[in-house]
Amino acid sequence: MTAAPVLPTPRRDGGRRPGPRGRGTLRWREARAGLALISPTLVIVLILVVLPIVWTVALAFQDIRLIRLRTAGLLGDYTVENFTQVFTSPGFWDSLVTTLIYSVLGTASSIGLGLVAALALRRRFRGRTFVRATLLLPYVAPVVAATFVWGVMLNPQFGIVNEVGTGLLGWEEPIAFLSQRTTEVSLFGLTVPVPTALLTVIVFEMWRSFPFAFLFLTARLEAVPATLDEAARVDGATPTQVFRHITLPQLMPTIAVLALLRFIWTFNNFDDIYLLTGGGAGTEVISVRVFDFLVSRGDIGAASAQALVLASVLLVLVSVYYRFAAKDEVA
Amino acid sequence: MAGVATLPTDSSAAPPPARGARGERRWSRTTVEVRVLGVLRWVVIAGLVLFTLFPFYYMVLLSLRDLSSLVQDPGRLWPVVAEFTTSTYRNVLASTDSGGQGFLRFMANSGLIALGTVALTLAFAIPGAYAVARLEFPGRRKVSVLFLSVYLFPSILLAVPLFVFFTRIGLRGSLGALLLVYVSQTVAVSIYMLRNYFQTVPASIEEAAAVDGANRFTVMRRITLPLAMPAILANGLFVLMIAWNEFLFALLFLVENRPRWTVSLGLSQLAGSIEIPTTVLMAGSVILTLPIVVLFFASERLLTGGLTAGAEKG
Repeated sequence: MTAAPVLPTPRRDGGRRPGPRGRGTLRWREARAGLALISPTLVIVLILVVLPIVWTVALAFQDIRLIRLRTAGLLGDYTVENFTQVFTSPGFWDSLVTTLIYSVLGTASSIGLGLVAALALRRRFRGRTFVRATLLLPYVAPVVAATFVWGVMLNPQFGIVNEVGTGLLGWEEPIAFLSQRTTEVSLFGLTVPVPTALLTVIVFEMWRSFPFAFLFLTARLEAVPATLDEAARVDGATPTQVFRHITLPQLMPTIAVLALLRFIWTFNNFDDIYLLTGGGAGTEVISVRVFDFLVSRGDIGAASAQALVLASVLLVLVSVYYRFAAKDEVA
Repeated sequence: MAGVATLPTDSSAAPPPARGARGERRWSRTTVEVRVLGVLRWVVIAGLVLFTLFPFYYMVLLSLRDLSSLVQDPGRLWPVVAEFTTSTYRNVLASTDSGGQGFLRFMANSGLIALGTVALTLAFAIPGAYAVARLEFPGRRKVSVLFLSVYLFPSILLAVPLFVFFTRIGLRGSLGALLLVYVSQTVAVSIYMLRNYFQTVPASIEEAAAVDGANRFTVMRRITLPLAMPAILANGLFVLMIAWNEFLFALLFLVENRPRWTVSLGLSQLAGSIEIPTTVLMAGSVILTLPIVVLFFASERLLTGGLTAGAEKG
C-alpha cells in the first residue's frame, strides 16, 4: 500500500538529494503532473460534494421555504429557529431512537448472518463458487426491485408469507408487516407488543447487507493460515474451541471495521425504509424525516438542520474509522 | 452449541484419545462436534440459499402469471404451464400511448445515464487514481482522506443542498445535472479502488520504460493502463451498477417529468398505483434486476476481487 514513499526508487532518490529544487527538477515535474491529473476530480468533488455540505450548514441557520426559493437571497438572515423547532418537536427524538434501534440491530444482524455464511462456506465443496455468488445477489440487486418484491411477499391479501402463515403455521389472521406499528404476541400467557414494521425493515436490512459482511469475512478467512487451525486441532481443541480461540480473534479487527462501516451506512439509510414503509408505522428514521421536510413540507431550513444532526454523528464515526481502520489505507 | 457443551468433555483440554479406545473416541467432544457441525453446515447453506434466492424466484414466478390467477391461488409456488403468460412483459414495456407502462423508455434513460456515468467517472478517475498511487505531489495524503470521506458520506446528506441548488438554477430535471451528481458520487470510490490496483503494478516496469526514453504519459498509456485493464473493467461495472440502481437522486431530480424516469424511479412511482396489476409491475422488477444479475454473474470474479482489495489486510 505504501510502496512509493517507503521504498524510494533510485530514480526518485536522485531527485531528493540536496541540489537544485526549483523548476525543471524531476521532483517538481512529478508534483506538477500529479496535480494536473488529480485536479479535474478534485474540482468536481469540491463543487458537488464539499461545497454543498458546507452550504447545508448555512441553510440550517436560515428560514428558507421551497416556494420562496427563487426569490430568496442566498445569504439571508441567520437564525437558530430551525434547531429550536427541530429539538423541541417530539417527533425528532422518537425518530432518533428509531434510527438508533434500526442501525444497531441492522448492523448486528447483518454481520452475524454474514459471519455464519462465511464460516459455513469456508471449506471447499462442489458448486461453492456458485453459492458464493448467489449469496451476494441481495447486495447487488436494485433496491427498488428488492423492496417491491418484499412488499408483495409480505402483502396481507395475497402475499406468500401471510399465505403460509395462516395456512400452515396457524396464524389467526394475516399480519400487515409493513403498515402495522405493533402486534400483540402472547408468550407463556404474557402479551408482549412487538414493533412489527420496525422489525420487518430490520430483517430486510439483514437480508440486503449480510452479503457485504460475508464478502469481507470470507476474504479475511482465506488469509488465516491453515497451520494455526491444524496446530490447535493436533493439540486436541474441538471445532468450537478452534473457532472461539483461534478463528474469531483473527476476524475481530475485520468485524470491528465492518461494524463501523455498516453502522455509518445503516444510520443514514434512506432508500430501504422509504421504499418499504414510507417512514410510517413507527419506522420514521431521520433520513426519511429529512426527505419529508425537504420535499413534502418544503421546509429547507428544518431539513438542513436535521441533516446536520446526522452529519455530526457521522463525523464522529468517520473519525473513529480513520483512527482505527484507515490509518494505512490513505497513506 | 449449548447442547454440545454438556456432553462428556474429558478430551477437551487433553490430547486426543488413544487410537485404540474406540468406544470412547466415538463419543469424544471432538467427534460429536464434527458430526453436528458437519450436518449443521449443510442446513445453514441450504437455508441461506433459500433466504437469498426466494425473493428473486418469487419475482420471476409472479411476473409470468395473471393477476387473477395470483389472487385465486396466492400460495402456489410452482409454475403452471397453462397459466404461463408474457402479456405482463408486453404491457410493462409498451409505451403509454399504446396502453403500456413505458418501461422501454425508462430502460433507455437508465442505460444512457448509467453508461454516461461510467464513461465520465473513468475519464476522471483513471488519471486521478494514477496520480494518487504513483506520483508525489503536495497534498496527496489530504486528497486521499477527502476521497475516502466522500465515499463514506451518504447521499441523503447531499440531497438537501443539491436539490436546493439545482432547483434554484433551474436545472433540476435535466439528465445532465443528474449525470454530474452521479459522477461526483462515484468518482471517489472509483479512485479508491483503482489506486489500490495501480499500486500493485510494479514500478520497476514503468521505470524500465522511462529509462528507454518514454515520457510519463506514454508510460501511463502504454504500460500501466493495459496492465490495470481488469481492474478498470471491474470498476466500470461497479459504477454501472451503482448508476443503474440509484434511486434517491433520480427521485429528487426527475420525479415531475415522466418521460425522463429511470427504471428504478418508474417502478417505485408506479408501485403505489392500484390500476396497474402487481404481476405487471413484477415484470418491471425483473426488467430492472435482470441486467444487473447478468452483469454480476458474468463478472463476479473481477468484482469481488476489486471490492475486497482494500480489506484483505484486516
